[in-house]
Amino acid sequence: MAIAVALVLLVVGSVVFHFMSPWWFTPIASNWGSIDFTINLTFWVTGAVFIAVNLFMAYCVYRFRHKAGQKAVYEPENAKLEIGLSAVTAVGVIAMLAPGLFVWATFVTVPEEATEYEVVGQQWQWSYRYPGNDGILGTVDTRHISESNPFGMNPDDPNGQDDILVKDPEMYLPVGKPVKALLRSKDVLHNYTVPQFRVKMDLVPGMVTYLWFTPTVVGSYDILCEELCGIGHHVMRGKVVVAEQADYDAWLSRQPTYAQLASMAAPNIVAGQQQYAVCASCHGQQGEGLQAMNAPKLNGLQSWYIERQLKYYQQGVRGAHPDDQYGRQMAPMASMLSTDDAVRNVAAYISQLPVTNSPDTVSGNVSRGMRIYNANCAACHGKNGLGSWATDAPNLVGMSDWYAVIQLNNFKAKIRGAHSDDDYGEQMVSMATAMRNPEQVNDVVAYINSLR
Amino acid sequence: MAYVPLADQDHDQEHHDPHTFITKYVWSQDHKVIAIQYAGTAIFVGLVALGLSAMMRLQLGFPDTFSLIDPSSYYQAVTMHGMIMVVYLLTALFMGGFGNYLIPLMCGARDMVFPYLNMLSFWFYLLSVLILLSSFFVTGGPTGAGWTLYPPQTITPGTPGHETGILLMLISLAVFIVAFTMGGLNYITTVLQYRTRGLTMMRLPLTVWGIFTATALALFAFPALLVSAIMMTFDLLLGTSFFMPAIMAAGEQLDYNGGSPILFQHLFWFFGHPEVYIVALPAFGLVSDVLSTHARKNIFGYRMMVWAIIAIGGLSFVVWAHHMYVSGMNPYFGFFFATTTLIIAVPTALKVYNWVLTLWEGDIRLNTPMLFAIGFVFTFIHGGLTGLFLGNVVIDLPLSDTYFVVAHFHMVMGVSPVLVVFAAIYHWYPKMTGKMMNETLGKMHFWCTFLGTYAIYLPMHYLGFLGVPRRYYAMGSTDFIPESAQALNANITLAALFVAVTQILFFINVFWSLKNGKPSGGNPWGATTLEWQTPDTPPKHGNWGHDLPVVHRWAYDYSVPGYPQDFIPQNVAGDFGVSDDHDHDDAPAKHA
Repeated sequence: MAIAVALVLLVVGSVVFHFMSPWWFTPIASNWGSIDFTINLTFWVTGAVFIAVNLFMAYCVYRFRHKAGQKAVYEPENAKLEIGLSAVTAVGVIAMLAPGLFVWATFVTVPEEATEYEVVGQQWQWSYRYPGNDGILGTVDTRHISESNPFGMNPDDPNGQDDILVKDPEMYLPVGKPVKALLRSKDVLHNYTVPQFRVKMDLVPGMVTYLWFTPTVVGSYDILCEELCGIGHHVMRGKVVVAEQADYDAWLSRQPTYAQLASMAAPNIVAGQQQYAVCASCHGQQGEGLQAMNAPKLNGLQSWYIERQLKYYQQGVRGAHPDDQYGRQMAPMASMLSTDDAVRNVAAYISQLPVTNSPDTVSGNVSRGMRIYNANCAACHGKNGLGSWATDAPNLVGMSDWYAVIQLNNFKAKIRGAHSDDDYGEQMVSMATAMRNPEQVNDVVAYINSLR
Repeated sequence: MAYVPLADQDHDQEHHDPHTFITKYVWSQDHKVIAIQYAGTAIFVGLVALGLSAMMRLQLGFPDTFSLIDPSSYYQAVTMHGMIMVVYLLTALFMGGFGNYLIPLMCGARDMVFPYLNMLSFWFYLLSVLILLSSFFVTGGPTGAGWTLYPPQTITPGTPGHETGILLMLISLAVFIVAFTMGGLNYITTVLQYRTRGLTMMRLPLTVWGIFTATALALFAFPALLVSAIMMTFDLLLGTSFFMPAIMAAGEQLDYNGGSPILFQHLFWFFGHPEVYIVALPAFGLVSDVLSTHARKNIFGYRMMVWAIIAIGGLSFVVWAHHMYVSGMNPYFGFFFATTTLIIAVPTALKVYNWVLTLWEGDIRLNTPMLFAIGFVFTFIHGGLTGLFLGNVVIDLPLSDTYFVVAHFHMVMGVSPVLVVFAAIYHWYPKMTGKMMNETLGKMHFWCTFLGTYAIYLPMHYLGFLGVPRRYYAMGSTDFIPESAQALNANITLAALFVAVTQILFFINVFWSLKNGKPSGGNPWGATTLEWQTPDTPPKHGNWGHDLPVVHRWAYDYSVPGYPQDFIPQNVAGDFGVSDDHDHDDAPAKHA
């Protein structure tokens, strides 16, 4: 008896929950309204079946519950009824499947006028490639991938020379134009998902997959990875900005082509040395750092990391948070480097300074730290802690340990890394938060000290 | 289909009687003891997996709170929870547990055809569980690649347990498949060859049909998993490239070339989809018998139910790529697999209709097993209908890899089969122990489990509509997920913890009733099938005393008009209901 009531309440409750729920599809921002239509149709058909069958079951339980003297009716089967019910079910199934297949046919048929762009996935970053003026993407191969050629461009392919390389998680698309995304992975499976576009597809290493859509609403949307790709899966994020054609063109023209990047002159270390003079007052002549001035050691860091951080300071991505006391001191110093070349030069100078020792100031449980480090940090920073250009993770070994503690705490408190333009900071926010207490932070830093 | 008359073999049976504690309870060849060994092991390892899910839910509901759970251990918990629940709990429990216990009894046999092989099956299963659990204690811990074990990430740095953990997982799966094959061949052979006199195939209880068909599926499906496990082991240890294309790892070129990650997915799901029915078909069978017995009414449309089981089993081999709509396989496959997938809805729906129609004009006893069975029909309808979303290829585009998928498969192959497991344990416990389980505790357990699980999974579908991705350690910041989603997640976690904790009611009941339960007698529910007609309860070694039962009718003669009792056991002769003592007709219902 209670179960009959419960079944009715669950049906009613489910329907009420459905209509009250604030959790529903994001407003659509692509041409795939037909997908939403198919979902709604399926909802009505299955919803009706859910209500009808369960209420009928509740009625049976109520009506035919045991009473004294009652005997069940003996009826082994009723072929007519069973065939009839199956036929009705088949009609319902066809009503849902047929429109679904029609929509799928449009999904697998890419319109002629769709322009191509490429999405490149790797653990745990997005980057993008646009075909440039010739409209043709140059050939690529995993075997070409290196620090100076992260896209694996074929240097001999003329079609690739004007390809526009966006090594940044943010990409642009023009509104109202159909686009075909070619998907490629450097390492493991990923999945290119923008919830508002409704469509998604895996990136599979060794092959190129695709999907197409027409963005219809100007705005900025999250790109998520939706195929488990290792421990950084949940922090593999990007943004797609759907913009008016003019804004899109302007953005695109600011991005470098492969030929430009390949022919870029080497940084001028002598010029960098001159600019470093200002830095030396706090960070030391050899970049050895000075804790009394809250200046961390710099020598031993990779140039691309120094360059990125200096730019972040300049752009207010880093060192702008009101609680970032030392970062706020650094920001105006970074702004004294007036050009991109100046930043490159000083970064190159620092990265070639002889590596000095830094004293141990943090103590913790090294073996516990090792477990945490190997399980979580090593995926990007390497088991040896030396970092990698491939994961954009800086060297950690031999750096100022007191500074590491401050930065981990800053990440945890979202003082650093939470800015929307801090491409890799959000990953560190998430990973640093996995260290719940000060002991764990100290353990990890103590382990990193032991790697020297 | 011929049956083998075994009555002449009665005297041979004496030689197999166990005499020592060891041969009776440890190295036992008795199907009933092996069943309990299987079930106990499966439930134990299931509790481990339940603990892992609690850990995951704590992280999702209250992120950044618990220091045990870092991204690495979270993904390890996700992986081990999934694999244990699907393979080591549900497959082992339905086949090794219920299959072992019920097949010989329901077939009127003294034991399985190959008792020694049956014993080996359990010990290999136990070994596979131990290998699996040992991966928690090796360097790097268990694999965190997700239970689907998709390469390349399973064996590349960046995934927890990519060296030792994954190797132990692959070895454990191989050993499990060996164990299952030994058991499975037994179940098939026993059903085909050891049915007692008069027990035609179309007189078998649906439980036997469900387990029999599921076993056949498993014998065809597991080899695909075995070869993919072996190929992946070669990729890992010998440097072959079955599944590994040229890729990078941490800035280095790996020494692989030319392999196909999608090949693995095809092999995995060629196993993985039938696996869903390997779990579901036994549940369909068991629940049919529980519903029929407690409704005091024949299962409605027995013949259709049998053909539906066979049709579902057959179709389950041609739908596997519906797990791969967005995998990057040729998108034109979508047309085929969406069509086959939705076709399965028809026989499946028919089963649901017939369960409900079994209640129609019944004399329903709302005992604990019946409550679980009715609960199953409800959750299975829910989970089946959401399958129509995901199976329809185009709807899978937005919903794939979101919480909708998690909610769907937990509803349909987590909650539903588990409700059947409980229904079956409450139903057959009296036969296994001679004691009734406590009804009050049983009903409390039912309400907590049934309502609690719905509170977990109904809202979870809506996180999926919203677009919340699955397998995320933490959501981080997005533009489209409102704060309220986190509040919902916290509530889901509370419901999950509630359900997990209340399972203790079940264990209390099982152990308390062993000692204090009311004596049940041989047939407390007034059931028709042979296992309730044994001379002893619990049945002794050899099950039937001196003479094997002879079957005179189908398994569902409940409330036959003109018969004084509201059930006629299968081994009772007489011209009531669907019986025929003169020829063993394959179509019982036509006599109705």
